[in-house]
This record gives sequence, structure tokens and C-alpha cells, in this order.
Amino acid sequence: MMEAVAIPPFERFYSETRDEIWRYLVRLLGREAAEDAFQETFLRALRAYPRLKHARHLRAWAYTIATRVAVDERRRHAPAGTIPELAAEDPRPAFSELEHLAGELPARERAAVVLRYGYDLPYTDIAAALGSSEEAARQATSSGVRRLRRRIT
Amino acid sequence: MTVPTELDRVFRARAAAEGALDVAYDFTDSPVGQLLLAATDRGVCRVSFDPDPDLELERLARAHGVRVLRSPDPLTEVRRELDEYFDAKRREFDVAVDLESLPGFQRLVLTELQGVPYGRTDTYGGLAARIGRPRAARAVGGALNRNPVPIVVPCHRVVGASGSLVGYAGGLERKEKLLALEGALLG
Repeated sequence: MMEAVAIPPFERFYSETRDEIWRYLVRLLGREAAEDAFQETFLRALRAYPRLKHARHLRAWAYTIATRVAVDERRRHAPAGTIPELAAEDPRPAFSELEHLAGELPARERAAVVLRYGYDLPYTDIAAALGSSEEAARQATSSGVRRLRRRIT
Repeated sequence: MTVPTELDRVFRARAAAEGALDVAYDFTDSPVGQLLLAATDRGVCRVSFDPDPDLELERLARAHGVRVLRSPDPLTEVRRELDEYFDAKRREFDVAVDLESLPGFQRLVLTELQGVPYGRTDTYGGLAARIGRPRAARAVGGALNRNPVPIVVPCHRVVGASGSLVGYAGGLERKEKLLALEGALLG
């Protein structure tokens, strides 16, 4: 039997995830659009928080919401194929070399690639973030990578 | 890369303004040390001496709900009233208190206690008699000891029958200081 994990006070969840969710949104949307998306992400999290049944995948849950907000945001504002302005600071140089290319991927593939290679998230967490199966998360990531390869070569 | 301070501030203010919080809390400095202040939308639910934030957040979440967030705006009024109280410019608190999460007996004691005026003291036995439970002085002491909103709900104004200070969850030194501020210190 799996033990229930108590839901922490929202402040703890927020202070533990806000910085990485901020970086993630900046990567997906560029700094300016990330500001609204950041607020929207945590307001949605706050509204849904009392309905959580356990705290086992809180981090992935935060990525789920951020991904949905980012996808909505891109759909609303960015015409297809637009490359958003990207963050200047990036602690992961190898990924940052590819990041500008990821901007041209479809939103789900971009989120999958960024979560996998920018954040080293396991596929179970990416699946949770995309609201899909682990297999679908794997496929979104690899099809994103294939698309990137085609652009490089 | 961390969240810009301004964005963090705006989010905390919006969360409170939208009424999405169970409890907002913040810290304030005072002559009796740093205090943690917390409020629900019904009123002030916590004033804590020497706060241990982790422990306090857990307690607030258990008593009022998990949406606990540090957000200064909802505490503006109580912070201002406390500042005025410590400057001896305020004798009564106007801010609403939220005692709803407390057991009935404790709520009764604390509600009665709010009638003990500034600069005066009452005894545990006296308070017990006034709520119609003359033999419950010890239980009254326990209820006061667990008062979640000290200073605002003035449990420092309750002393022993002999006039001795007896006890205070925030420490006797603080009780003495608050009574001295109010000019109620017994010779």
C-alpha cells in the first residue's frame, strides 16, 4: 500500500518550485510573456491546490500547469513558426546551443525536449507535465529531437 | 536565474486580492521581538512570538487549509494597529480576529478575555467565574496558554489570584513588558 504524502502548505510548494518554473517558462516563451504565464501558472495551482489528493508528483504537477499555460499563451500570441526571445542566462551550455532551434518545434514537442534535456526530468514526470502516457512523452521528445536534427544537418 | 522580486511580489499580492488564500502571513518587528502575523478572510488568526516558520506554516495549514502564503497586504491593518499599540497610541484593537478553528471552550474564554480593558488585569478564577465555570480556573489557564492571537487578544492581562504573573506562552518577560507598557504592572 502506498503511503499518502501530506500536502505541504502552499508557501513551501511555491518557494520550492517557483525558480525552476520561472526558468522553464522563460525558455518556452521568452522573458516578457513568461511574466504573465508565471502568475497564471501559480494562480491556477493555488485554485486547484485544495483538491489535490496527495503530494507525490507536485513538481511534475507544477510543470503540467506551466506547460498548459505556455501552450495557451503561444497559441494566443505567437503566429506559427515565431521564435520567442530567449533567456540570456542558461546554466546548461550544451542545451542552450540547441535551444534557439527548439523554438520552432510544435509546443508539445518543445515542452518535452526542454523538460528532458534542459531539466533532466524523467519521462514519468514529462508524461505528467504533458498530461499524456510515458510512451507518448517519449515519442514527443524523440520526434522533437529528430526534427531538430533535420534542421542542423 | 531566480524569479524577479517584483514578479514574486505581484503574484503574492494577486493571490490575496483574488481571495484564493486560506491564510496570508507575514513577519513584523516589535519591541517584544519578531512576530509572525497571519489572517484568514475572517480576521487575524495568529500572532506568534519567536516564530519557527516551518512549524507555523504546518499549524496554519492544519487549522485553516493548505493555501497558506506569505502575502503582506492582508496584514497591513493588524501591523499598523500593533505599531500604534507599542507606541502607546492605541488601547484597543479594531481588527477582526478569527477564533473559529478553536474548540468551543477556548473560544468562549478568549471572547470573554477581550472584555478585559487596557491597563487592567483579571485573574484565572475571575475569568472562569465570568464564563459561568467558577471551578475551571486551571482549564482557563490552559486555554489562555494556547491563545493563538496573543497581544491582540490580551491573555497577558490575566494574572494569579495573588497578583503574581504566573505564566505566559511568550515568556514572563514579555508579559511583564506588555503590562508595563499598559501601566498595569503590579507593585
